Amino acid sequence: MNNEEIKQFILDHVAEAECVEGTQFLQVTIPSEKILPLATELKANPNTSFDYLFCLTAVDRPDHMEVVYHLKSTTHNHAFVLKAKINTRENPEVETVCHIWRTAELHEREAYDLFGIKFLNHPDLRRLLLTDDWEGWPMRKDYDDPINMIAY
Amino acid sequence: MEEITQELESKEYFINMGPQHPSTHGVLRLVLSLDGEIIRKVEPHLGFIHRSIEKMCEHDSYQQIVHLTDRMDYLSCHINNEAVCLAVEQALEIEVTDRVKVIRTIVDELNRISSHQLWWGVMGMDLGAITSFLYGFRDRELITDIFEETCGARLTMNYNIPGGLFFDIHPNFQKRTKDFITYFKKKLPEYDTLLSNNVIFTQRTKGVGYLSKEDAISYGVTGPTGRASGFSCDVRKHHPYMAYDRVEFKEILDTEGDCFARYKCRIAEMWESMHIIEQLIDNIPQGDYKVPTKAVIKLPKGEWYQKVETARGEFGVYIISEGQRSPYRLKFRSPGFSNLSALDHMARGCKIADLVAIMSTLDLVIPDIDR
Repeated sequence: MNNEEIKQFILDHVAEAECVEGTQFLQVTIPSEKILPLATELKANPNTSFDYLFCLTAVDRPDHMEVVYHLKSTTHNHAFVLKAKINTRENPEVETVCHIWRTAELHEREAYDLFGIKFLNHPDLRRLLLTDDWEGWPMRKDYDDPINMIAY
Repeated sequence: MEEITQELESKEYFINMGPQHPSTHGVLRLVLSLDGEIIRKVEPHLGFIHRSIEKMCEHDSYQQIVHLTDRMDYLSCHINNEAVCLAVEQALEIEVTDRVKVIRTIVDELNRISSHQLWWGVMGMDLGAITSFLYGFRDRELITDIFEETCGARLTMNYNIPGGLFFDIHPNFQKRTKDFITYFKKKLPEYDTLLSNNVIFTQRTKGVGYLSKEDAISYGVTGPTGRASGFSCDVRKHHPYMAYDRVEFKEILDTEGDCFARYKCRIAEMWESMHIIEQLIDNIPQGDYKVPTKAVIKLPKGEWYQKVETARGEFGVYIISEGQRSPYRLKFRSPGFSNLSALDHMARGCKIADLVAIMSTLDLVIPDIDR
């Protein structure tokens, strides 16, 4: 599938998807509520079969949060970037995809740990890199650390 | 009588492996649920050396970021540096000279060999053979000497900068590299004699820690670990960068997916790396060793993902730029992190001694996982 066909495929499933032709990959932004049915379909459909999630991360924007999925198919050799837009920064929530791509389990825990995004139905959502009693979400832009050694 | 049977019933219990355990090669804590000696679950606890490199990158210039990357996977430091440099060069549309491409490729492969040598040494040691450790380090020393002469450092080399290299190669570089290849071609068969055909070694690795191809893809396991399960994931083949499209080499694939297959893959990769270096070492083109860049690099607005093949697998750099001197967000997709996620799956049903063998063949570098 080329970028145009992937775009069409996603628009057929999620009508409100916004597609941007990036410098490298096709970037598709969808509302976070639609992620689970679309992800299931992308993996299961033999025409797309995106079986390899090679990067999962989160981005903190001024008024919303994004979870970014880099997807590739090892059979068709096509790739694209899927972004789930969460419209709130207060209590961001999104469905987990770790039963679709097993690698997501640790990556989602990391995103929870650093950004405070709650992955619903995740089997074991706890702090991963930081200690259990850590307060706040350090990778957020407004994170304020009184003994901040990083700030210039 | 009833009481006695109740007492003899086995119960699951937990023990800690690490954070200070010789076979974890760093500070990794594994909580094992055991039934007798059989592992039921492995739960990794990470973060002992988390330095928040991604957060630091949001305040650093792109030249500074390059120096942070070799503090992650210090055994593939040159390849990590290259990932950031390639991403920046791609964003600024800088085309580096042929000379840079070839030198980077040669140093990449030397780096890969030295990483695999260290892995081979410590893997033998994990399984009870001190000799291999000494042999591995003896041969690795020759490569670090070459690095020291050319880059000025033995481990964290910092040889790459956006636009090229810090300085040109040392006049001795070509000769010493060729000497090393001649030497190592005689020594690598010794590795086989010592471990590959050793009965104790093969019995501890064959059929242990099986990972199927589907699971390897699902867990995102890449590098020699993934390829031993039949997952064709060599970035050098699939998305050639630098001089990899002009050299001839094989992607090592195996289907068995056990510890011994992963072991064989890495040994075969050392042969392939030497083969790549041999093709390039006499043909380093003339030219500049760097393309001038601005003192303050500002990437245009946009996002880039650059992946490279390190000794452990696919290393990715995901940069989101808002046009400032520092990235808005930077994510390192480290191969060790994804490879570790499959450990629980592979180790279930094995014994504790097998877990040591599995961890060795995963070739974990903890700073790479914790970042």
